[in-house]
Amino acid sequence: MSVLIYAENAGGKFKKSIFEAVTYARAIADQNNTNLVAISIGDVSKDELAALGKYGAEKVLNVSGDKLKNFVNQAYASIIAEAAKKQDANIVVLSNTFSGRGLAPRLGIKLQAGVADGAVALPEQNGGKFTIKKTAFSGKAFAIVELTSANKVIALVPNSYKVVETGGTAQVEDFAAETKDSDFKAMIKEIVRSTDKISLPDAEIVVSAGRGLKGPENWGMVEELAELLGAATACSKPVSDAGWRPHSEHVGQTGIAVSPNLYIAIGISGAIQHLAGISSSKVIVVINKDPEAPFFKVADYGIVGDAFEVVPQLIAAVKEYKASA
Amino acid sequence: MKILVCVSNVPDTTTKITFTDNNTQFNTNGVQFILNPYDEIALSRAIELTDGGKGSVTVINVGEVNTEATIRKALAIGATDAVRVNTKPHDAWYVAYQIAEYVKANPFDLILTGRESIDYNGSKVAGMLGELLDLPSVSIIKKLDAADKEATVEREIEGGKEILTIPYPFVAGTAEGVAEPKIPNMRGIMSARTKPLAVIEPVEVKTYSEVLSYETLAPRGQVKLVPADDTAKLVELLHTEARVI
Repeated sequence: MSVLIYAENAGGKFKKSIFEAVTYARAIADQNNTNLVAISIGDVSKDELAALGKYGAEKVLNVSGDKLKNFVNQAYASIIAEAAKKQDANIVVLSNTFSGRGLAPRLGIKLQAGVADGAVALPEQNGGKFTIKKTAFSGKAFAIVELTSANKVIALVPNSYKVVETGGTAQVEDFAAETKDSDFKAMIKEIVRSTDKISLPDAEIVVSAGRGLKGPENWGMVEELAELLGAATACSKPVSDAGWRPHSEHVGQTGIAVSPNLYIAIGISGAIQHLAGISSSKVIVVINKDPEAPFFKVADYGIVGDAFEVVPQLIAAVKEYKASA
Repeated sequence: MKILVCVSNVPDTTTKITFTDNNTQFNTNGVQFILNPYDEIALSRAIELTDGGKGSVTVINVGEVNTEATIRKALAIGATDAVRVNTKPHDAWYVAYQIAEYVKANPFDLILTGRESIDYNGSKVAGMLGELLDLPSVSIIKKLDAADKEATVEREIEGGKEILTIPYPFVAGTAEGVAEPKIPNMRGIMSARTKPLAVIEPVEVKTYSEVLSYETLAPRGQVKLVPADDTAKLVELLHTEARVI
């Protein structure tokens, strides 16, 4: 047997979430005393592929071709499933990205595998019993799930497993997989990627603001603070509902769940639905003028004060810190 | 156009999640169940697309009799008819399999689910349905425009979006942006009582996942308050103590 990790690229490059997933898959391969094979589909340079060896992949299967340059859910699933069969891989690992969430269920059916989506820790394997911890109830809890099938598909939540570089270069092999025409019915017309901003699901620091900011015209200081910290911007549901910010920035139970190292909440009261989406953040800072705001109960650090006074001061303090560092 | 909307019955978004029986059972005591908010978006878009006699919207739920209030809500919002597969929804695999069996006998042009249910958050049913029915699937969409032979959808990706065209039939999971959730009016509520709700029995399916137990979140320590006029102190704490900047 072996473990197969699908290394998703974004415009020909691998992101940190993929290095996390490769490191994680390496640990699962070690649990089973077996090797780790990565598969990449699309247009990625040989050097970039070989560098996956740093995180523990011994071999990288490279699938390329004009039709496969961009993500086609059905075709990619067919190729990964075929690679899993050919490599005798009974555990397939993915990153729980937007595309990963499309692939995992299709792979589950193709491989007759139990699927652990939203995994946040290594599986436990004792006496043939395979259990794994995953997110549940929109971040309000975790579920311990047993996968009882011989094959397993695991989708790891980004920012929940630490990247480890073990050194080494992976051997890159071309892999030709068969696809059928019906796998290519969905056609991509356009891909829009904002390159100047850090994307919310990838961000290690998130600066988020709520209704306390009173209007969209006041977001300048939020963006300035985010830019200084190399952070993504986010917002609460009432803010995106009011059209002050795009839906893609809405963090919470019915928006995006994030798990950054640092989450700074400005003028957000901390309704249970919002907390659900941010509860796995490692450090939480709350700035709110209401000392009774429920958000303070789950915060690590807090400032009770008016955002319009505190945030500009915080920006100045960060600038000073950066100048001295 | 014939549209199928898959709906689930989930705890209300304000629910405080607790467990019983040594953390092996979700505590439903006092919990109000609702139509999954993302499914409500799917349903609302389906109703818009078929408005004015341009088709029908069937909702399907895999659940026991206690989910019928949620199904009636979907009918009140404007679905044409409903199907309930009379069984406990064991996991996404089981649910997708039941719905796929129904669709094989009753084809649809478009199958919509919410992007995920807010209880198990798997985002799996849409993709599994696509695979079981050999149809294209797109997991998380923010926009859905329907033309005669194909639809144009916007799929969310990290830091951007992808615009795709997909011929019918296909499966899609809807997120915020696809439609504004519709609120049932009095006429809808009245007519929901008499709209057809078929109850069918499940097929036997072998499943591969079991929830053994749950964990609640580890509590955080007491919040450390920093005076409002000393933001430099906060920066210092984040650097030296929390080590996040």
